[in-house]
Amino acid sequence: MKKNGIGRRYLINFIATAVFFILALVVCGNGGSRMKLSVVPSIWQCCYLIIMAASLNLVLGFLGQLSLGHCGFMAVGAYSAALISLAFQRAGFYEEKSGVAFLLVLLLSIVAAGVLAALLGVLVGIPALRLKGDYLAIITLGFGMIIVNVINNIPFCGQQGLGQGSASSALYATGLGFSNDEKVQYLWVALLTVILCLSLMFMFVRSKYGRAIRSIRDNEIASESSGVNVNYYKVLTFTVSAFFAGVTGALYACSNAALATTSFAFTNGSILNSVFIVVMVVVGGMGFLTGSVIAAVVLFLLNYTIKNGAWVAALPAFLQNVFTYPMLVYSIALIIVIVFRPKGIMGSSEFALCDIPKWKGWLQQYFASRKAGKEELRHE
Amino acid sequence: MSEEKKPVLETRGLGISFGGLHAVSDFNISICSGELVGLIGPNGAGKTTVFNLLTGVYVPTEGTVLLNGVPLNGKKVHQFVAAGVARTFQNIRLFDDMTVIENVKVAFTKDIKYGLVDAFFRTPRFWREEEAMTKKAMELLAICGLEDKADVLASSLPYGQQRKLEIARALATDMKVLLLDEPAAGMNPTETAELLACINTIRDSFGIAILLIEHDMSLVMNVCERIQVIDYGVTIASGLPEEIAQNPKVIAAYLGE
Repeated sequence: MKKNGIGRRYLINFIATAVFFILALVVCGNGGSRMKLSVVPSIWQCCYLIIMAASLNLVLGFLGQLSLGHCGFMAVGAYSAALISLAFQRAGFYEEKSGVAFLLVLLLSIVAAGVLAALLGVLVGIPALRLKGDYLAIITLGFGMIIVNVINNIPFCGQQGLGQGSASSALYATGLGFSNDEKVQYLWVALLTVILCLSLMFMFVRSKYGRAIRSIRDNEIASESSGVNVNYYKVLTFTVSAFFAGVTGALYACSNAALATTSFAFTNGSILNSVFIVVMVVVGGMGFLTGSVIAAVVLFLLNYTIKNGAWVAALPAFLQNVFTYPMLVYSIALIIVIVFRPKGIMGSSEFALCDIPKWKGWLQQYFASRKAGKEELRHE
Repeated sequence: MSEEKKPVLETRGLGISFGGLHAVSDFNISICSGELVGLIGPNGAGKTTVFNLLTGVYVPTEGTVLLNGVPLNGKKVHQFVAAGVARTFQNIRLFDDMTVIENVKVAFTKDIKYGLVDAFFRTPRFWREEEAMTKKAMELLAICGLEDKADVLASSLPYGQQRKLEIARALATDMKVLLLDEPAAGMNPTETAELLACINTIRDSFGIAILLIEHDMSLVMNVCERIQVIDYGVTIASGLPEEIAQNPKVIAAYLGE
């Protein structure tokens, strides 16, 4: 049934993913203290940034609509997951952060976070997606701000139960918030979530849904005239994207000791900012999921090494001064990418394992065409 | 008494005004399946406005569009397509960053039965439908002579083939009426001849009704069975090509009095 090598491609990708998964777990599980203190927490951060960038790419790269409130969905997911886990803990469903009972709660809170964010995605998407371009950007930006304020003012998120605007230290002790040991122990959950989410997103964009939403991006009028129910597919994509952002929120709640709404706010100066997620998508290439994965990891590493890296101290003094303003560095990086690779670091195709044998040919073709171009110029 | 053919597409007193401007008024046309009707008129006469009314892009301020006798009032563009009205555009509107075959497959979207779950988990149903669709898309591309370009990006096709791809995409919606908005615009004589052959094949093999806007008079006179002429949104003549060519009103509209 699955003819012309599709089955083989699926198999190769599956095996490669499985090997990567097991290898990562073995290496991280047996590492020393450095592994535990910095590498594994970094992997957790990468995990949620990857899903975040890829899910925004569905809306921005495939559907072609600029949404600036993506972190709002993540906040909803994070708080839902944290509160669900706390509720189960207070009901006495689990005592310690181990065992089957906790695992069930963990999985439930991840899924529930996604579903709740998706519900909100429908609610926001139906009115918002009637607008286009700048107007949509503004309305989603507003949504991101509203969410933060709403969470701040919900009694059981804010003042009474968990402290003003945060699910505070209680989360660390009893809820999802993992210590470094637990991050190693539950690394498989994070990795598996990323793998599953990315696979589902690939399945989504490589089906009639993907075709329909890319057609909307390329030409909305023609798409509608080809019988595509434009509004339906827009809201659907927004919802799917919100679902994955919610899942991201659950991972965020796991990897942080406390939740504070300021970390999802638009004014948040760190890497976790709706605009920064947009930058990841643009750098990685709009409409290329693998690009988003690579860009999320690269930008995270850039962010991490600017903060903690020894190499910054080794630079000449005037450059060091530049690096005290990390946002400036990201902007320069973004400008460089836009100038030299306007389609993103991936160029114009997805990374595929099965294409690696063809790379040599592509490179030769590329250099040949460049050479030909130069010669043409010389003749003129 | 011979039974009269029932029209597929019919309009009754169709009209639209933008503010105080009557762009189209009292437009009546009826097309039977297998018929090829031309719609001509000087620049700005309202031809494309008529198309927009017939495809639901504009909501008529008066009159109705009927498809097989069923009024299409208040329906959205994609519902018009689902009912069986497909069109091409005066200025080509393809999905540039998608391949030729994907362009055609987009038009199958409304007919695909598999849902999100099938797509997410790649059920046998997904593969079955995708495969059937690829086959159907290739057949349509073959009719338009594009079967060897299936995996090329739509934007990299030469102009004439982009026009044909638009027609192939319109055919894929499984329509009863095809509206072609200046399909030969900007084409050289060879390309026009090819297009003509393509249109004839489509009409013969699909048995659909075609309404054609065109400025190339030789093309219109050659292929159309009937012609309707509009000027300033008003129908000034309709009939056989020979009659139209000699109609003083038409000549006046085109050349001035």
